[in-house]
Order: sequence, then C-alpha cells, then structure tokens
Amino acid sequence: MRVGLFIPCYVDQFYPQIGVATLELLEKLGCEVHFPLNQTCCGQPMANSGFEHLTGGCNSLFIDNFEGFDYIVCPSGSCTLHIKEHLHEEKREEKASTIRKRVYELTEFLTDVLKVENLEANFPHRVGLHQSCHGQRGLKLAQMSELNAPFFSKPEQLLKQVKQLDLVSLSRKDECCGFGGTFCVTEEAISVRMGQDRVKDHEDKNVEFITGGDMSCLMHLEGILRRQQSPVKVIHIAEILNSQIK
Amino acid sequence: MESKVLEHSKASEVFNKDKERVGWHDETLWFVRSKRDKAAHNIPDWELLRSTASSIKHNVLSNMHDYLVEFEKNALANGVHVHWAADAEEHNKIVHGIIAKHGVTRMVKSKSMLTEECHLNDYLSKNGVEVIDTDLGERIVQLRDEPPSHIVLPAIHLKKEDVGETFHIHLGTEKGNKDPQYLTEAARHHLRETFLTRKIALTGVNFAVAQTGEFVVCTNEGNADMGAHLADVHIACMGFEKLIPRREHLGVFLRLLARSATGQPITTYSSHFKKPREGQEMHIVIVDNGRSTQLAREDFRNSLKCIRCGACMNTCPVYRRSGGHSYHNAVAGPIGSILAPNLDMRKNADLPFASTLCGSCSNVCPVKIDIHDQLYKWRQVIVKEGYATTSKKLGMGAMTFTLSNPAIYQTGGKVGRWFMRNVPFVVNNGLNPWFKNREMPEPPKESFREWYLNNKKS
Amino acid sequence: MSSRDKILAKIAQNQPEFSALPDLKGLGNVYESPAQQFKTILEGIGGKVIEFSDWSEIKSFVKEHFEANSRIISTLPELAEIAELNWAENDPHTLENVDLTIIKGHLGVAENSAIWITESLLKQRVSAFIPQYLAIVLDAKSLVSSMHEAYAQIGMEEYGFATFLAGPSKTADIEQSLVLGAHGARGLTVFLKV
Repeated sequence: MRVGLFIPCYVDQFYPQIGVATLELLEKLGCEVHFPLNQTCCGQPMANSGFEHLTGGCNSLFIDNFEGFDYIVCPSGSCTLHIKEHLHEEKREEKASTIRKRVYELTEFLTDVLKVENLEANFPHRVGLHQSCHGQRGLKLAQMSELNAPFFSKPEQLLKQVKQLDLVSLSRKDECCGFGGTFCVTEEAISVRMGQDRVKDHEDKNVEFITGGDMSCLMHLEGILRRQQSPVKVIHIAEILNSQIK
Repeated sequence: MESKVLEHSKASEVFNKDKERVGWHDETLWFVRSKRDKAAHNIPDWELLRSTASSIKHNVLSNMHDYLVEFEKNALANGVHVHWAADAEEHNKIVHGIIAKHGVTRMVKSKSMLTEECHLNDYLSKNGVEVIDTDLGERIVQLRDEPPSHIVLPAIHLKKEDVGETFHIHLGTEKGNKDPQYLTEAARHHLRETFLTRKIALTGVNFAVAQTGEFVVCTNEGNADMGAHLADVHIACMGFEKLIPRREHLGVFLRLLARSATGQPITTYSSHFKKPREGQEMHIVIVDNGRSTQLAREDFRNSLKCIRCGACMNTCPVYRRSGGHSYHNAVAGPIGSILAPNLDMRKNADLPFASTLCGSCSNVCPVKIDIHDQLYKWRQVIVKEGYATTSKKLGMGAMTFTLSNPAIYQTGGKVGRWFMRNVPFVVNNGLNPWFKNREMPEPPKESFREWYLNNKKS
Repeated sequence: MSSRDKILAKIAQNQPEFSALPDLKGLGNVYESPAQQFKTILEGIGGKVIEFSDWSEIKSFVKEHFEANSRIISTLPELAEIAELNWAENDPHTLENVDLTIIKGHLGVAENSAIWITESLLKQRVSAFIPQYLAIVLDAKSLVSSMHEAYAQIGMEEYGFATFLAGPSKTADIEQSLVLGAHGARGLTVFLKV
C-alpha cells in the first residue's frame, strides 16, 4: 500500500517530530510511505480568510505531489478537511476528485483503513483529549455532543489501546479552543479567552498532557500554557500512538 | 446620522476586559445549551424531526409565491387585513398608519425581532407614539435604552444587580433589591396596568399557516396574549419566511422550537390566531426587507429557514464570549452573521469572520441550516466584493505566492523563519496580537523536510 | 406596481426549483402510559395534576385552596356552586381581578403536557391568561402521546383562536432564574378525570 504523507506546513516548520512519529507509525503498521518533497500548504489559511480564489496554485501543487498514491494521510483533521472539501482544478478535476476521496486524517486512517486493534504503544500519563472541530464535526472522527446519536470516537478508540494511558473526561467534551486559523489574531481577545477556558477544563482534571489530532489547536493551547507557566504539556496524538513500549 | 459601529473584534475586546463577567456570560449561555442537549437527547426521533423540519422549510422556499398567495386569501377570508411591506421603512409606515387611523398614541408590543430589524420603536417614537415592550427581557433593555443582545433572551447580558438598579430607577423598586422573583413581580404589576390600558397591541409571528391563514405566536410569559386579547386592534408583523404549508406542520416545529431555544418541552403558550375577536380589528404585515434577495442567493437562501430559536447563539463559543451587542445587528450570533451581510454587506463585512467555523451552530440548528458553511461562503463573497478590511491586513497575496512556489517556500531560510515573516498568526514582531497572551513555538533544529532528506530519502 | 405585486414577482423569480414536502409518518413517540408522562412533564414545568372522578372533589379542592372572597370564574355549569358562570359577554377587561379561572381542555399531549383549548372553551380569549391562577379540567381519555397525534385530531377544526397551553406563565429573563407568574397565571392545576 503506497501512502503519500501529507505534512501540514506549520508541522513541517515547527513540529517535525509529529511528521517523524506519523511516518514511523505508518511504516510500523506496514505501509510504504513517501513524502513528496514539493508539498507546501493545503491553502486553508487563505481560503478561510475569504481568499479561496487565490488557492489555485496550492491546489495544482497538491495534485502534482499527491496524484497516484493509494492513500494520502495527514496528521491534521483541519488540513485533511480542507482538501476533502475544497481541492479542485478545472483541468484536472478527475484527479482532484480521486485525491479528495483518498485523503485521510491519521486516526481515521488507522481505525477505518488499517483497522488497527492492537497498538504496541505505552504512555504512562494522565491525558486530556482536545477534539479539533474540523476533525470532529468536519470529518466526523467522533460523535458530536449536539446530536442525539450513538457515541463513537476514533481517536479515543486508539488511545484506549495505549498501555497505561489515563484518559480524563472533560466537562465540555467538544468545545472549540478558539484557534480558528487567522481568527487567532483577527479576533485575538476571544481566541485567547476560548483557549484559556479550554486549558482550564484540562487543568481542572489534573492532566499532564493535552493531546489531539490537530497541532494548530495544540500550538494555540501550548502558547497559552507556556505564557501561564503551566506544567501541562501538549503532545500530538501521533506521538502517543508511536510511543514505544520500553 | 448613524453612530459609529465598533467592529466585532473591537467590541469583543472591550467586552473581554471584564474577565469575570465574560466567564459568567459564557457559563449562563452554556447552561442554556446544556438544557437544550438534555431535551434533544430525550427525544428519540430528534434527528429525524430536524431533517423533516428542514425539508418542510425547503418546500416552503421552493413554493413561497403560491403559499403566500394562499395565506393571504385565507387570512382575508378570516376577516384579517393583510399588508405588504417591501422594506423596513414601508413596514414602519404601515404600522404607524394603522395606529394613526385609530387616533391613539400608545401601544403594547410583544417580542418581534422583525420590528427590531426595522427599528420600529425609533420610528414610532419619532412620530409621537409610545411603545412599551412587554417581554420582561425586552422591557428591561428598553428601560436601559439598549437593544436586545439575544433573540430569545434579550437581557442575557445583564446581571440581576443591573436589572435591580434599572427597576429602581424606572419602576421604583427598592434600591439594592436584586431578587429575580421580586423584580419579576414588579414588572408584572407595571405591565399589567399597561395591558389593561392600551388599545393597540403588536406581536410577532412564529409561524403562519398557508392552508388556514392563521398564525402562531409562542411565549412563556403570556405577554402576546395579554396584549392581543385586551386590545381593540392587533397588528402582527412577519417576515414572509415565517410561512409553513399546513397546520399539521406545526406539530413538527412546536416540538423543535422550545426544546432548541431553552430546553423546555414546549413554550407555555402556543397561541393560534385565526380570526379577530368579535369587535376587534386584526392586521398582518408581511415584510420582505431583503428576504427575496436572499432567496435568490443559492448559497445563502437556507438562512431563510431560521425559526429564531437562538440555539446557535447559545452554543457558539464566540457569541458566549463576545455578547450579542458585539454583532451590531438585530439578530446576533452565527445566524445573524449570515443574515446581516444580505442586508448591508459593507456594514456587516466583519460578522462572517467572527467565527472559528467550529460547526456547532449547524449541529444544533433545528432546521439544519448549514450555518458554518455559509459563514465560509460569505467570507469569499465579502473578499471578492472588496469589503474585507480585516483580511486585507493579513497580506494574503504574499503568503499565497510563497505557498504556491515550493522553491521559494523551501529556500525561505532557516527553519521557521519564513513562517515568522509571512504567516499572519505567527509573524514575529511586537505588533502581532498572537504575543499579547501567548508564546510562539520555538523553531526546531531542522524541519521535517530536512529530517526526511537526511534520514529517509534514498 | 404595488409592494405586494413587486414582492410576489421577485419571489416567483428567485425561489428555487420545487422540492416536495416530506412525509410526517414515523414521527413522535408513543407512550405506554400517556397519563404518567403527562404528569411527569407538567410537574417538571411547574404545574400540578390532581386526579378526580367526581366534581365534588374539584369543589373541595378549590374551597381548600382559595379564600372565600376570591373571584373565581368558570365555563363549567358543574361548578356553579363555587364559580361565576355569566361573564362571557362582558368586556374582557372586567376579568382583571379574577383569582382563578376553571375551564375545560379538549386534549392533552403527553410528550410536553400541552393542553389544546379553543375559543369555544375559553368563552373570552383572555380568560386563560388574565387570572392569577388557572385550572383546566381534562379527561384522561383525551390524552394523546405526541403533537403529531394532537394535530391529526385537530384536523381542520374551525376556530377564531386556540392555544396549546403548558404549565404556568413563566420567565427566566433575569439571569436565567426561573420565576413563575410573568404576565399570565402564576399556577396551573390540571384536574384529570379518571
């Protein structure tokens, strides 16, 4: 199975260890993983700011880089959702459509395609799960608290396989952290307040780590935690799932 | 003439200065959202109910012309006067015309967001007509000379101390008494006298039934009924999208409305007005005010399905922390942000950006309006039409250029440096709002790409 | 062109392609014991249910709970002993000092404890709204499970005014604190005939 590794631009630049963890994890699970070198960004920061019409270049580049793979896997719900919903190119619409169908967020790829039931991972810590809205409500990685529908959660399904991991239950299970792309600077006051409130919910449950499938949310929460000099750390779910049994 | 309106982000900044109060506001509305969840989760067919309601409303949009004609015909046959208003001004003139014809100068009014949208109270007051709002929340904000901050809970931004002070000044209640029971009792006495003495009552409309020509008004307080049943003239004002095809469809919408709004199984009173009381005069004013334009916008017409339950506001993490007034529109919150640009795109260009696009609004919406998708789509329209003030500042052009050019992206310099220079939320200078309350991640020794080239690329 | 014609023309031009109405079949719960559900919900929203089989029970309840000089009105000849019956033709404003109105309801809905009352049972539209307290006599046999069943029964019934009434008048407009007795009745007692 040939997997194209789609690494969000900010992960490439700031959090290379998440890319490494994702790649190692996928290889451990038997995938042939390639990282197309000319990838940059999915175009979401522009599109969400109202500049979707300027994302043509990003789209072409994405198709150049990712056509031909059996699957495209990304350790970000938000970037995956953007490609799923907005990747188009007039001249290569068929290719764009194939890519839209083949792109997966990491946890759903593990649960739905690889059907992972037994992860050899170990993380002896108390952890809170931050559901990114794009992953949860957009990609439906977990049931949403607003709906009257049966519970499921792909990230939780995986975290439960991690030995010694103590997953806490939050009082607001799927409240937005307030990152929101450029929202985090254009609506700074609200963004920060939302982040502080999210952090507090985790702190109230005495977590050591906040994890999640979207490093953008975690980067925002980390920024707040560090400013508050909190001992709580953030860690991407790929790093937990890839943690070795020692 | 029009006072300077603060952009949503600026108004939110002001609102967020009082941290404790923001926390209180958030918790209060979250409490309402939680009640809504409990009610929704107690109804096994809830999701089917939502999709049914959405389909009914879709049918209404697709057959609006005929339903309106049918409604008018039936209402006329019921002995009701029917008026049509193309815009807010015409609506206000029609209402004033009815009042003037009866030679009165005082009116009671129950909640009608449409009249807020049309600024009816201002218009009538300029024309010498005194209007008393009778919904408790609306009366509170009216006495304070403020607009409602929420379509269902107009005074949700106020604490009981604020209400106590307002009532002390205007209704002569004891100074310092902030007991909700005591204050509500004071309002009951004050407004009872009003109900008993006013000759004209205006109400909103929750649903208008094409099949029968009747309209339904829902309240918990009973103020619409007290006003209408004691007045000689009842004026009911409605946006044309309030129509539903048949009486039996009320079963669907009345099950959804109160549960979505406050978590109640139904409002205390769901009153069906079909004919005027003997000796009474009844008027219906059907208003367009931009709705027919919205109907033409394929991406946005679903916003006309809205039944004004306010669930999207209660669940919105931004609304809960910015307050209704920050939306500078009669209807605040997520739904207001997709309705307002249709009314005035320049003035409301900031509103579709006042969201993280988290999508919770679309999930609670009882008629399944794709609210957060419409927010995204409005952003595209607003930028294309050239109204994007905030987005322009972000230097999207430079960013797009680099992100479309791998060579430039890769040679951008040391890891993280290109980002620090170009991506709006990480631009590394003292002016970047990111740093006011957050740290930036530390750039690592190597990027993932560099790691990959060193370790993996064969 | 009048505003009416302008609005209608614009709507005709702008409305989307016709989309059919959905089926309402399959909506609504069916409760095993509608009376129990009705009672639970009504009590949850501040109302009271008193089961009775004989009118004398209502009379003694009212005598026990209301002072002798209270103004009590009713539409039910069975209650002539405790209530005024001849107020229907008067100006509605004359009901301002009513302490208790006792009327009949057509049907009750178990899912939300709403009671359907049309103008013919109200006599005066304001009679259910203006008193300090309201009591409604309802036959347990008239209870239905859902709003859908209720509207199926109502059908195309003719009325000038009707209401679904559930519980006492209330507000939570001051800091979400629930207060009973906003503008309408402060309390609702349902006498359920079993």
